[in-house]
Amino acid sequence: MLHWLTLMADSLPSLLWAALVFTVPLTLASFALGLIVGLVAAVVRLFGPAPLAAVVRFYVWIIRGTPLLVQLFLIFYGLPSAGIVLDAFPAALIGFTLNVGAYTSEIIRAVIGSVPKGQWEAAYSIGMSWSQAMRRTILPQAARVAVPPLSNSFISLVKDTSLAAAITVPELFQAAQRIVATSYEPLILYVEAALIYLVLSSVLSAMQVRLEKRLNQYGGFLEAKS
Amino acid sequence: MIRLSNIEKRFGDLTVLKGVSVTVAEGRVTALIGPSGGGKSTLLRCINLLEIPTSGTVRIGEEELSFQPGGKPGWKDIQRLRGQTGMVFQNFQLFPHRTAVENVMEGLVTVQKWPAEKARDRAMALLRKVGMDHKADAWPATLSGGQQQRVAIARALAPSPRVLLCDEPTSALDPELSGEVVEVLGTLAAEGTTMVMATHDLRLASRIAHEVVFLDGGQIVESGPSQTLFTHPTRERTQRFIATLTQQGQRGEGA
Ligand SMILES: Nc1ncnc2c1ncn2[C@@H]1O[C@H](COP(=O)(O)OP(=O)(O)OP(=O)(O)O)[C@@H](O)[C@H]1O
Ligand SMILES: [Mg+2]
Repeated sequence: MLHWLTLMADSLPSLLWAALVFTVPLTLASFALGLIVGLVAAVVRLFGPAPLAAVVRFYVWIIRGTPLLVQLFLIFYGLPSAGIVLDAFPAALIGFTLNVGAYTSEIIRAVIGSVPKGQWEAAYSIGMSWSQAMRRTILPQAARVAVPPLSNSFISLVKDTSLAAAITVPELFQAAQRIVATSYEPLILYVEAALIYLVLSSVLSAMQVRLEKRLNQYGGFLEAKS
Repeated sequence: MIRLSNIEKRFGDLTVLKGVSVTVAEGRVTALIGPSGGGKSTLLRCINLLEIPTSGTVRIGEEELSFQPGGKPGWKDIQRLRGQTGMVFQNFQLFPHRTAVENVMEGLVTVQKWPAEKARDRAMALLRKVGMDHKADAWPATLSGGQQQRVAIARALAPSPRVLLCDEPTSALDPELSGEVVEVLGTLAAEGTTMVMATHDLRLASRIAHEVVFLDGGQIVESGPSQTLFTHPTRERTQRFIATLTQQGQRGEGA
């Protein structure tokens, strides 16, 4: 028992370090980039020319229809055969970004579509252009509806980054694997890794609750002032 | 002055407006009346180009734009014409994520790039005019329908449009609340605001409209000064329609 606690205490710094240097940045960066991809993809599908919308549909179909692990392997191990060699971290970043982009584009498309047509008309009627209407009127309202589903994607992503271990990114889960290889204590180390993931996703859930509260003030609407 | 000439509007195979021509003089109020589906909303929306007419000419003040089947007007041209108009919607359509005063400021700040303070001053003045300055910082969701519509009127007036377009501004309100909106619109009319409004509300139309246009099946059946048209309609179709409106009005008041 004491032996276990010592092992936990000894391994904690390297696991936290791996989380801090790889898991968290990978999560934040790929979510931020993925949201941009998702927004652009959603707008193209809703408002873009038909051929471009078809390209986006194809992209979403591929990403949603194939396993994330396979996508990561394709990017990291497969692309070099086509002459594209990527380091592990950028490969993971690209893989997760594409993944987040595909899933969030569906969410964003739905929430933009959920804003009543009359809001577009009201915006146009006071002289706004399409992009002004989108930025000032539609997106703020869509954002509020999007918080719960986007939070889900975000929390899934934190956990999914553990797949990056399989393409040699030394993130949290891989750090645990390495210590297991020398200490032969899989139970304790994987429990420890799981607990750290649990803390990370709980922090995100708490942030979601706070954000929702803020957005729900005053009869349903309070835009984050920019 | 607003002049619509030979406005035709088709949705696919359905011709909703069949060559409508209307002239509205500066400072006058024109009511569009007629049965449901007659094309009142579509005609209003052809004035601020929320719908692009299939053919015809829209002139507002100095700005004029002609339409041909298949031809799409440029964004600049649409803006030029739309900038002359303000619109009040049946179900208000305030921006729910902005306070009352922010709703009124929005066009000034975002479109006309006014500094926020100046925009706020004008917005407050307009809210005072519609009797809503005490609710300037309220969220739309916390306002009654009549209050929301009054804020919406202020929002439509903010960019100083040449004409105020109202699509059934009172029909989502119960009689008591619609009274306060009629009053505000009446004040605006008395001040010489040019207005075109679609309405089923006889009280609204007879109280503030100078001219009435009776639209049925996408065509003007009859038009004229509101006094004569309401009391002595010449066409049989108009007589029947006004009779039903009057009955509805009496029933509504009796209830
Ligand atoms: N976007 C559209 N696509 C197809 N048809 C439309 C569209 N908008 C309106 N219409 C049709 O045009 C006709 C006229 O509609 P409009 O809304 O202008 O009538 P209205 O006189 O305002 O009626 P109401 O009194 O019910 O408001 C209707 O038959 C309607 O179904
Ligand atoms: Mg209508």
